[in-house]
Amino acid sequence: MPLYMDLPLSKEALKPLRTGDILYLSGPLYTARDAAHKRIAVAVSSGQKPPIDLTDAAIFYTGPCPAKPGAPSGPLSPTTSARMDSFVELMFKLGMSSMIGKGDRAPYVTDLCRHYGGVYLLGFGGAAALTASWVIASELVAYEDLGTEAIRRLTVEKMKVIVGIDSLGTVLMEQEIPKYRYNG
Amino acid sequence: MHSCVELGAEVLQAYRSALEREESPIGREVLQTLLDNAAIAKEQQIACCQDTGTAIVYLQIGQEISWLGPPLVHSINEGVRQGYRDGYLRMSIHNPLTGENTGDNTPAVVHYDIVEGDKVTVHVLPKGGGSENMSRLGMLVPAVGVAGIRDFVVESVILAGGKACPPLIVGVGIGATADSVSWLAKRALLRPLGEHHPDATIAALEKSWLQSVNETGIGPLGMGGRTTALALHIETQGCHITGMPVAVNLQCHAHRHGIAVL
Repeated sequence: MPLYMDLPLSKEALKPLRTGDILYLSGPLYTARDAAHKRIAVAVSSGQKPPIDLTDAAIFYTGPCPAKPGAPSGPLSPTTSARMDSFVELMFKLGMSSMIGKGDRAPYVTDLCRHYGGVYLLGFGGAAALTASWVIASELVAYEDLGTEAIRRLTVEKMKVIVGIDSLGTVLMEQEIPKYRYNG
Repeated sequence: MHSCVELGAEVLQAYRSALEREESPIGREVLQTLLDNAAIAKEQQIACCQDTGTAIVYLQIGQEISWLGPPLVHSINEGVRQGYRDGYLRMSIHNPLTGENTGDNTPAVVHYDIVEGDKVTVHVLPKGGGSENMSRLGMLVPAVGVAGIRDFVVESVILAGGKACPPLIVGVGIGATADSVSWLAKRALLRPLGEHHPDATIAALEKSWLQSVNETGIGPLGMGGRTTALALHIETQGCHITGMPVAVNLQCHAHRHGIAVL
Protein backbone atom coordinates (compact mmCIF):
# COMPACT_ATOMS: atom_id res chain seq x y z
CA MET A 1 0.00 0.00 0.00
CA PRO A 2 1.41 3.44 -0.85
CA LEU A 3 2.39 5.58 2.12
CA TYR A 4 2.57 9.36 2.04
CA MET A 5 5.27 10.72 4.34
CA ASP A 6 6.79 14.09 5.18
CA LEU A 7 10.53 14.73 5.19
CA PRO A 8 12.69 14.88 7.23
CA LEU A 9 11.94 11.37 8.48
CA SER A 10 12.62 10.69 12.16
CA LYS A 11 13.91 7.28 13.24
CA GLU A 12 10.55 6.80 14.96
CA ALA A 13 8.68 7.38 11.68
CA LEU A 14 10.96 4.90 9.89
CA LYS A 15 10.30 2.04 12.33
CA PRO A 16 7.03 0.76 10.82
CA LEU A 17 8.38 0.81 7.26
CA ARG A 18 9.00 -2.56 5.66
CA THR A 19 11.04 -3.61 2.67
CA GLY A 20 8.98 -3.32 -0.54
CA ASP A 21 6.72 -0.52 0.76
CA ILE A 22 6.14 2.21 -1.82
CA LEU A 23 6.51 5.68 -0.32
CA TYR A 24 5.63 9.13 -1.61
CA LEU A 25 7.92 11.63 0.10
CA SER A 26 7.29 15.36 0.46
CA GLY A 27 9.62 17.94 1.98
CA PRO A 28 13.33 18.74 2.05
CA LEU A 29 16.25 16.44 1.31
CA TYR A 30 19.91 16.87 0.39
CA THR A 31 21.83 15.66 -2.65
CA ALA A 32 25.35 14.30 -2.11
CA ARG A 33 27.49 11.81 -3.97
CA ASP A 34 31.16 10.70 -4.03
CA ALA A 35 32.97 14.04 -3.89
CA ALA A 36 30.62 15.68 -1.33
CA HIS A 37 30.83 12.67 0.99
CA LYS A 38 34.60 12.78 0.80
CA ARG A 39 34.61 16.49 1.69
CA ILE A 40 32.28 15.93 4.65
CA ALA A 41 34.55 13.12 5.89
CA VAL A 42 37.65 15.33 5.58
CA ALA A 43 35.89 18.24 7.35
CA VAL A 44 34.76 16.05 10.25
CA SER A 45 38.15 14.36 10.64
CA SER A 46 39.79 17.78 10.96
CA GLY A 47 37.35 18.78 13.69
CA GLN A 48 34.97 20.89 11.58
CA LYS A 49 31.20 20.61 11.38
CA PRO A 50 29.58 19.33 8.19
CA PRO A 51 28.21 22.19 6.04
CA ILE A 52 24.59 21.07 6.52
CA ASP A 53 22.52 19.91 9.50
CA LEU A 54 22.21 16.17 8.97
CA THR A 55 19.73 15.53 11.81
CA ASP A 56 17.12 13.11 10.42
CA ALA A 57 18.29 14.10 6.94
CA ALA A 58 17.48 12.11 3.81
CA ILE A 59 20.50 11.97 1.49
CA PHE A 60 19.78 11.50 -2.21
CA TYR A 61 22.76 10.09 -4.11
CA THR A 62 22.51 12.07 -7.33
CA GLY A 63 24.16 14.66 -9.55
CA PRO A 64 21.62 16.55 -11.67
CA CYS A 65 21.89 17.92 -15.20
CA PRO A 66 21.77 21.72 -15.48
CA ALA A 67 18.21 23.07 -15.17
CA LYS A 68 16.60 24.67 -18.19
CA PRO A 69 15.57 28.30 -17.55
CA GLY A 70 12.48 28.35 -15.32
CA ALA A 71 12.72 24.69 -14.25
CA PRO A 72 13.19 24.06 -10.48
CA SER A 73 15.73 21.32 -11.22
CA GLY A 74 17.48 19.67 -14.10
CA PRO A 75 16.87 15.95 -14.70
CA LEU A 76 18.14 13.80 -11.83
CA SER A 77 17.88 10.21 -10.60
CA PRO A 78 19.85 8.00 -8.25
CA THR A 79 23.44 7.02 -8.94
CA THR A 80 25.05 3.73 -7.79
CA SER A 81 24.80 3.73 -3.99
CA ALA A 82 27.57 1.18 -3.40
CA ARG A 83 30.20 3.86 -4.03
CA MET A 84 29.00 5.60 -0.87
CA ASP A 85 29.01 2.46 1.31
CA SER A 86 32.16 3.40 3.18
CA PHE A 87 30.62 6.74 4.28
CA VAL A 88 27.34 5.33 5.63
CA GLU A 89 28.49 4.85 9.23
CA LEU A 90 29.85 8.39 9.47
CA MET A 91 26.66 9.83 7.97
CA PHE A 92 24.46 7.85 10.38
CA LYS A 93 26.62 9.12 13.28
CA LEU A 94 26.10 12.68 12.01
CA GLY A 95 22.32 12.19 12.14
CA MET A 96 21.27 11.01 8.66
CA SER A 97 18.20 8.76 8.83
CA SER A 98 17.72 7.63 5.22
CA MET A 99 19.54 7.25 1.91
CA ILE A 100 18.02 7.28 -1.56
CA GLY A 101 19.94 5.53 -4.32
CA LYS A 102 20.07 2.57 -6.69
CA GLY A 103 21.54 -0.92 -6.60
CA ASP A 104 22.83 -3.30 -3.95
CA ARG A 105 24.80 -2.27 -0.86
CA ALA A 106 27.61 -4.06 0.96
CA PRO A 107 26.33 -6.43 3.70
CA TYR A 108 27.70 -4.10 6.40
CA VAL A 109 25.30 -1.35 5.25
CA THR A 110 22.42 -3.65 6.23
CA ASP A 111 23.99 -4.06 9.69
CA LEU A 112 24.36 -0.27 9.98
CA CYS A 113 20.67 0.26 9.06
CA ARG A 114 19.70 -2.14 11.82
CA HIS A 115 22.11 -0.60 14.33
CA TYR A 116 21.18 3.04 13.69
CA GLY A 117 17.51 2.46 12.83
CA GLY A 118 18.00 3.95 9.37
CA VAL A 119 16.67 2.88 5.99
CA TYR A 120 17.88 2.60 2.40
CA LEU A 121 15.31 3.72 -0.15
CA LEU A 122 15.43 2.81 -3.84
CA GLY A 123 14.72 5.52 -6.35
CA PHE A 124 14.30 4.85 -10.04
CA GLY A 125 17.75 4.82 -11.63
CA GLY A 126 17.65 6.43 -15.04
CA ALA A 127 14.14 7.91 -14.63
CA ALA A 128 15.56 11.43 -14.42
CA ALA A 129 12.89 13.41 -16.27
CA LEU A 130 10.16 11.90 -14.10
CA THR A 131 12.12 12.41 -10.86
CA ALA A 132 12.72 16.07 -11.78
CA SER A 133 8.94 16.50 -12.05
CA TRP A 134 8.72 15.71 -8.31
CA VAL A 135 11.17 18.51 -7.40
CA ILE A 136 9.54 21.86 -6.62
CA ALA A 137 12.65 23.75 -5.43
CA SER A 138 16.41 23.36 -5.52
CA GLU A 139 19.00 25.44 -3.71
CA LEU A 140 22.76 25.06 -3.79
CA VAL A 141 23.95 24.89 -0.17
CA ALA A 142 27.58 23.72 -0.14
CA TYR A 143 30.65 22.89 -2.23
CA GLU A 144 29.58 24.89 -5.29
CA ASP A 145 32.93 24.19 -6.97
CA LEU A 146 31.96 20.52 -7.24
CA GLY A 147 29.46 21.38 -9.99
CA THR A 148 26.94 18.59 -10.38
CA GLU A 149 28.39 16.98 -7.23
CA ALA A 150 27.69 20.03 -5.02
CA ILE A 151 25.25 19.62 -2.12
CA ARG A 152 21.76 20.85 -3.01
CA ARG A 153 18.74 21.18 -0.78
CA LEU A 154 15.77 19.93 -2.77
CA THR A 155 12.13 20.25 -1.88
CA VAL A 156 10.21 17.33 -3.32
CA GLU A 157 6.52 16.59 -3.62
CA LYS A 158 5.24 13.01 -3.67
CA MET A 159 8.60 11.60 -4.71
CA LYS A 160 8.12 7.87 -5.30
CA VAL A 161 10.64 5.48 -3.67
CA ILE A 162 10.63 1.82 -2.62
CA VAL A 163 12.02 0.64 0.73
CA GLY A 164 15.17 -1.35 -0.15
CA ILE A 165 16.54 -2.05 3.35
CA ASP A 166 14.33 -1.46 6.37
CA SER A 167 15.42 -0.72 9.95
CA LEU A 168 15.17 -4.43 10.81
CA GLY A 169 17.82 -5.13 8.16
CA THR A 170 15.58 -6.87 5.62
CA VAL A 171 16.91 -6.46 2.08
CA LEU A 172 14.50 -6.17 -0.87
CA MET A 173 16.87 -7.75 -3.38
CA GLU A 174 17.42 -10.81 -1.16
CA GLN A 175 13.67 -11.17 -0.80
CA GLU A 176 12.63 -10.62 -4.42
CA ILE A 177 15.37 -11.94 -6.74
CA PRO A 178 15.19 -15.61 -5.61
CA LYS A 179 11.44 -15.63 -6.43
CA TYR A 180 12.24 -15.13 -10.11
CA ARG A 181 15.51 -17.07 -10.36
CA TYR A 182 15.40 -20.24 -12.43
CA ASN A 183 16.74 -23.16 -10.43
CA GLY A 184 16.27 -25.92 -13.00
CA MET B 1 21.98 15.94 -27.81
CA HIS B 2 18.77 14.51 -29.31
CA SER B 3 19.89 11.01 -28.41
CA CYS B 4 20.09 11.97 -24.70
CA VAL B 5 16.44 13.12 -24.71
CA GLU B 6 14.41 10.71 -26.80
CA LEU B 7 14.77 6.96 -26.63
CA GLY B 8 14.40 5.03 -29.87
CA ALA B 9 11.04 3.48 -30.80
CA GLU B 10 12.62 0.02 -30.60
CA VAL B 11 13.72 0.65 -26.98
CA LEU B 12 10.23 1.80 -25.96
CA GLN B 13 8.71 -1.20 -27.74
CA ALA B 14 11.09 -3.48 -25.82
CA TYR B 15 9.93 -1.88 -22.51
CA ARG B 16 6.28 -2.46 -23.48
CA SER B 17 6.85 -6.10 -24.44
CA ALA B 18 8.74 -6.64 -21.18
CA LEU B 19 5.90 -5.04 -19.21
CA GLU B 20 3.43 -7.51 -20.78
CA ARG B 21 5.60 -10.48 -19.81
CA GLU B 22 6.88 -9.35 -16.41
CA GLU B 23 5.48 -11.33 -13.48
CA SER B 24 6.99 -9.32 -10.61
CA PRO B 25 4.68 -6.55 -9.32
CA ILE B 26 7.70 -4.39 -8.43
CA GLY B 27 9.24 -5.18 -11.82
CA ARG B 28 6.07 -4.01 -13.55
CA GLU B 29 6.05 -0.85 -11.42
CA VAL B 30 9.63 -0.12 -12.55
CA LEU B 31 8.92 -0.75 -16.25
CA GLN B 32 5.84 1.48 -16.17
CA THR B 33 7.92 4.18 -14.44
CA LEU B 34 10.51 3.98 -17.24
CA LEU B 35 7.78 4.41 -19.88
CA ASP B 36 6.36 7.42 -17.98
CA ASN B 37 9.87 8.87 -17.74
CA ALA B 38 10.51 8.52 -21.47
CA ALA B 39 7.23 10.33 -22.22
CA ILE B 40 8.09 13.26 -19.91
CA ALA B 41 11.62 13.57 -21.34
CA LYS B 42 10.23 13.72 -24.86
CA GLU B 43 7.47 16.19 -23.99
CA GLN B 44 9.75 18.56 -22.07
CA GLN B 45 12.78 17.93 -24.30
CA ILE B 46 15.04 17.20 -21.34
CA ALA B 47 17.53 14.40 -20.74
CA CYS B 48 15.81 11.10 -19.94
CA CYS B 49 18.70 10.19 -17.59
CA GLN B 50 20.89 12.71 -15.77
CA ASP B 51 23.97 10.65 -16.54
CA THR B 52 24.43 11.85 -20.09
CA GLY B 53 27.61 9.87 -20.10
CA THR B 54 30.90 9.70 -21.86
CA ALA B 55 30.36 10.66 -25.51
CA ILE B 56 31.42 7.61 -27.47
CA VAL B 57 31.75 8.42 -31.16
CA TYR B 58 32.39 5.79 -33.81
CA LEU B 59 33.06 6.80 -37.40
CA GLN B 60 32.99 4.51 -40.40
CA ILE B 61 34.82 6.58 -42.97
CA GLY B 62 34.58 5.80 -46.67
CA GLN B 63 38.09 5.47 -48.09
CA GLU B 64 37.28 7.83 -50.99
CA ILE B 65 36.91 10.73 -48.56
CA SER B 66 39.42 13.23 -47.31
CA TRP B 67 39.03 16.70 -45.84
CA LEU B 68 40.91 19.87 -45.14
CA GLY B 69 41.05 21.97 -42.00
CA PRO B 70 41.65 21.02 -38.38
CA PRO B 71 42.10 17.37 -37.40
CA LEU B 72 38.84 15.41 -37.29
CA VAL B 73 39.07 14.80 -33.55
CA HIS B 74 38.91 18.57 -32.92
CA SER B 75 35.63 18.80 -34.80
CA ILE B 76 34.23 15.81 -32.89
CA ASN B 77 35.11 17.38 -29.55
CA GLU B 78 33.66 20.72 -30.65
CA GLY B 79 30.42 18.92 -31.49
CA VAL B 80 30.38 17.30 -28.04
CA ARG B 81 31.11 20.66 -26.39
CA GLN B 82 28.21 22.39 -28.18
CA GLY B 83 25.75 19.53 -27.82
CA TYR B 84 26.29 19.10 -24.07
CA ARG B 85 26.15 22.86 -23.42
CA ASP B 86 23.12 23.66 -25.59
CA GLY B 87 21.23 20.55 -24.55
CA TYR B 88 21.55 21.23 -20.78
CA LEU B 89 23.34 17.89 -20.44
CA ARG B 90 25.55 16.98 -17.50
CA MET B 91 29.29 17.49 -17.70
CA SER B 92 30.56 14.21 -16.28
CA ILE B 93 34.15 14.07 -17.50
CA HIS B 94 36.96 14.91 -15.08
CA ASN B 95 40.68 14.41 -14.68
CA PRO B 96 40.98 10.95 -13.11
CA LEU B 97 43.88 11.99 -10.87
CA THR B 98 43.04 15.55 -9.82
CA GLY B 99 39.24 15.30 -10.03
CA GLU B 100 39.07 18.55 -12.00
CA ASN B 101 36.05 18.60 -14.32
CA THR B 102 36.90 19.42 -17.94
CA GLY B 103 33.74 21.57 -17.98
CA ASP B 104 32.51 20.62 -21.43
CA ASN B 105 32.27 16.80 -21.33
CA THR B 106 35.27 16.40 -23.63
CA PRO B 107 37.26 14.47 -24.59
CA ALA B 108 34.98 12.10 -26.45
CA VAL B 109 36.09 8.49 -26.77
CA VAL B 110 36.54 8.05 -30.53
CA HIS B 111 36.84 4.96 -32.69
CA TYR B 112 37.41 4.91 -36.47
CA ASP B 113 37.12 2.30 -39.19
CA ILE B 114 38.05 2.86 -42.82
CA VAL B 115 35.39 1.28 -45.04
CA GLU B 116 34.46 1.15 -48.72
CA GLY B 117 32.71 4.04 -50.44
CA ASP B 118 32.31 7.80 -50.14
CA LYS B 119 30.09 8.15 -47.07
CA VAL B 120 30.79 8.73 -43.38
CA THR B 121 28.56 6.96 -40.86
CA VAL B 122 28.65 8.54 -37.42
CA HIS B 123 27.42 6.61 -34.38
CA VAL B 124 27.02 8.44 -31.08
CA LEU B 125 26.55 6.44 -27.88
CA PRO B 126 26.31 8.57 -24.72
CA LYS B 127 27.37 5.91 -22.20
CA GLY B 128 26.43 6.16 -18.53
CA GLY B 129 29.02 5.52 -15.81
CA GLY B 130 26.92 3.14 -13.72
CA SER B 131 26.66 0.56 -16.46
CA GLU B 132 30.17 1.14 -17.84
CA ASN B 133 31.62 0.50 -14.37
CA MET B 134 30.16 -3.00 -14.46
CA SER B 135 32.09 -3.95 -17.62
CA ARG B 136 34.36 -6.99 -17.37
CA LEU B 137 37.31 -8.39 -19.26
CA GLY B 138 38.17 -12.08 -18.92
CA MET B 139 41.33 -13.50 -20.42
CA LEU B 140 39.95 -17.04 -20.23
CA VAL B 141 41.58 -20.23 -21.46
CA PRO B 142 40.42 -22.09 -24.59
CA ALA B 143 39.45 -25.13 -22.47
CA VAL B 144 36.46 -23.30 -20.96
CA GLY B 145 34.66 -23.52 -24.30
CA VAL B 146 31.29 -21.97 -25.13
CA ALA B 147 29.78 -22.94 -21.75
CA GLY B 148 32.63 -21.18 -19.93
CA ILE B 149 32.07 -17.99 -21.91
CA ARG B 150 28.34 -18.11 -21.16
CA ASP B 151 29.06 -18.56 -17.44
CA PHE B 152 31.38 -15.53 -17.48
CA VAL B 153 28.69 -13.42 -19.18
CA VAL B 154 25.93 -14.49 -16.76
CA GLU B 155 28.24 -13.98 -13.79
CA SER B 156 28.98 -10.44 -15.02
CA VAL B 157 25.26 -9.64 -15.09
CA ILE B 158 24.78 -11.09 -11.58
CA LEU B 159 27.71 -9.09 -10.20
CA ALA B 160 26.28 -5.93 -11.73
CA GLY B 161 22.84 -6.48 -10.16
CA GLY B 162 20.88 -3.23 -9.98
CA LYS B 163 24.00 -1.08 -10.33
CA ALA B 164 24.01 -1.19 -14.12
CA CYS B 165 20.31 -0.14 -14.31
CA PRO B 166 18.67 -3.21 -15.86
CA PRO B 167 16.87 -4.13 -18.05
CA LEU B 168 20.14 -4.22 -19.92
CA ILE B 169 21.46 -4.59 -23.39
CA VAL B 170 24.36 -7.01 -22.97
CA GLY B 171 27.29 -6.52 -25.35
CA VAL B 172 29.68 -9.48 -25.58
CA GLY B 173 33.03 -9.53 -27.37
CA ILE B 174 34.82 -12.82 -27.96
CA GLY B 175 38.31 -13.22 -29.41
CA ALA B 176 40.91 -10.74 -30.67
CA THR B 177 43.12 -9.31 -27.87
CA ALA B 178 42.55 -7.58 -24.52
CA ASP B 179 42.24 -4.14 -26.12
CA SER B 180 40.17 -5.11 -29.17
CA VAL B 181 37.78 -7.45 -27.40
CA SER B 182 36.60 -4.59 -25.18
CA TRP B 183 35.76 -2.57 -28.27
CA LEU B 184 33.98 -5.58 -29.83
CA ALA B 185 31.72 -5.75 -26.76
CA LYS B 186 30.97 -2.03 -26.96
CA ARG B 187 30.44 -2.14 -30.73
CA ALA B 188 27.91 -4.96 -30.21
CA LEU B 189 25.69 -2.37 -28.47
CA LEU B 190 25.50 -0.32 -31.66
CA ARG B 191 23.64 -3.03 -33.54
CA PRO B 192 19.88 -2.25 -33.78
CA LEU B 193 18.23 -3.56 -30.62
CA GLY B 194 17.50 -7.27 -30.79
CA GLU B 195 18.78 -7.71 -34.37
CA HIS B 196 20.67 -10.98 -34.33
CA HIS B 197 24.15 -11.69 -35.64
CA PRO B 198 24.12 -12.74 -39.32
CA ASP B 199 25.95 -15.97 -38.44
CA ALA B 200 23.27 -18.49 -37.42
CA THR B 201 25.48 -20.18 -34.80
CA ILE B 202 26.23 -16.88 -33.07
CA ALA B 203 22.58 -15.81 -33.36
CA ALA B 204 21.57 -19.04 -31.58
CA LEU B 205 24.01 -18.26 -28.76
CA GLU B 206 22.54 -14.77 -28.45
CA LYS B 207 19.05 -16.22 -27.95
CA SER B 208 20.20 -18.89 -25.53
CA TRP B 209 22.39 -16.58 -23.40
CA LEU B 210 19.66 -13.92 -23.27
CA GLN B 211 17.43 -16.57 -21.75
CA SER B 212 20.18 -17.50 -19.23
CA VAL B 213 20.55 -13.84 -18.26
CA ASN B 214 16.79 -13.52 -17.78
CA GLU B 215 16.77 -16.60 -15.55
CA THR B 216 18.96 -14.84 -12.95
CA GLY B 217 15.87 -13.19 -11.45
CA ILE B 218 17.64 -9.81 -11.09
CA GLY B 219 14.83 -8.01 -12.91
CA PRO B 220 14.14 -4.34 -13.63
CA LEU B 221 16.55 -2.11 -11.65
CA GLY B 222 17.71 -5.21 -9.78
CA MET B 223 14.53 -5.40 -7.71
CA GLY B 224 13.60 -8.90 -8.90
CA GLY B 225 11.76 -10.12 -11.98
CA ARG B 226 11.94 -11.89 -15.31
CA THR B 227 13.30 -8.94 -17.30
CA THR B 228 17.01 -8.55 -16.66
CA ALA B 229 18.01 -7.87 -20.28
CA LEU B 230 16.15 -6.72 -23.37
CA ALA B 231 18.77 -8.02 -25.79
CA LEU B 232 22.18 -9.70 -25.95
CA HIS B 233 24.51 -9.06 -28.88
CA ILE B 234 27.75 -10.94 -29.59
CA GLU B 235 30.64 -9.88 -31.83
CA THR B 236 33.62 -12.15 -32.48
CA GLN B 237 37.05 -11.98 -34.04
CA GLY B 238 39.77 -14.58 -34.54
CA CYS B 239 42.26 -14.90 -31.69
CA HIS B 240 45.51 -16.56 -30.71
CA ILE B 241 45.37 -20.30 -30.03
CA THR B 242 46.50 -19.79 -26.43
CA GLY B 243 43.67 -17.54 -25.38
CA MET B 244 39.97 -16.87 -25.06
CA PRO B 245 39.52 -13.13 -24.51
CA VAL B 246 35.95 -12.28 -23.47
CA ALA B 247 34.59 -8.82 -22.71
CA VAL B 248 31.18 -7.85 -21.39
CA ASN B 249 29.91 -4.30 -21.84
CA LEU B 250 26.57 -3.60 -20.21
CA GLN B 251 24.23 -0.92 -21.47
CA CYS B 252 21.57 0.44 -19.11
CA HIS B 253 17.85 0.61 -19.93
CA ALA B 254 18.34 4.21 -21.15
CA HIS B 255 19.89 2.91 -24.36
CA ARG B 256 20.72 6.15 -26.13
CA HIS B 257 22.15 5.83 -29.59
CA GLY B 258 22.22 8.23 -32.52
CA ILE B 259 23.31 7.54 -36.07
CA ALA B 260 23.90 9.85 -39.03
CA VAL B 261 25.17 9.17 -42.55
CA LEU B 262 27.03 12.05 -44.16
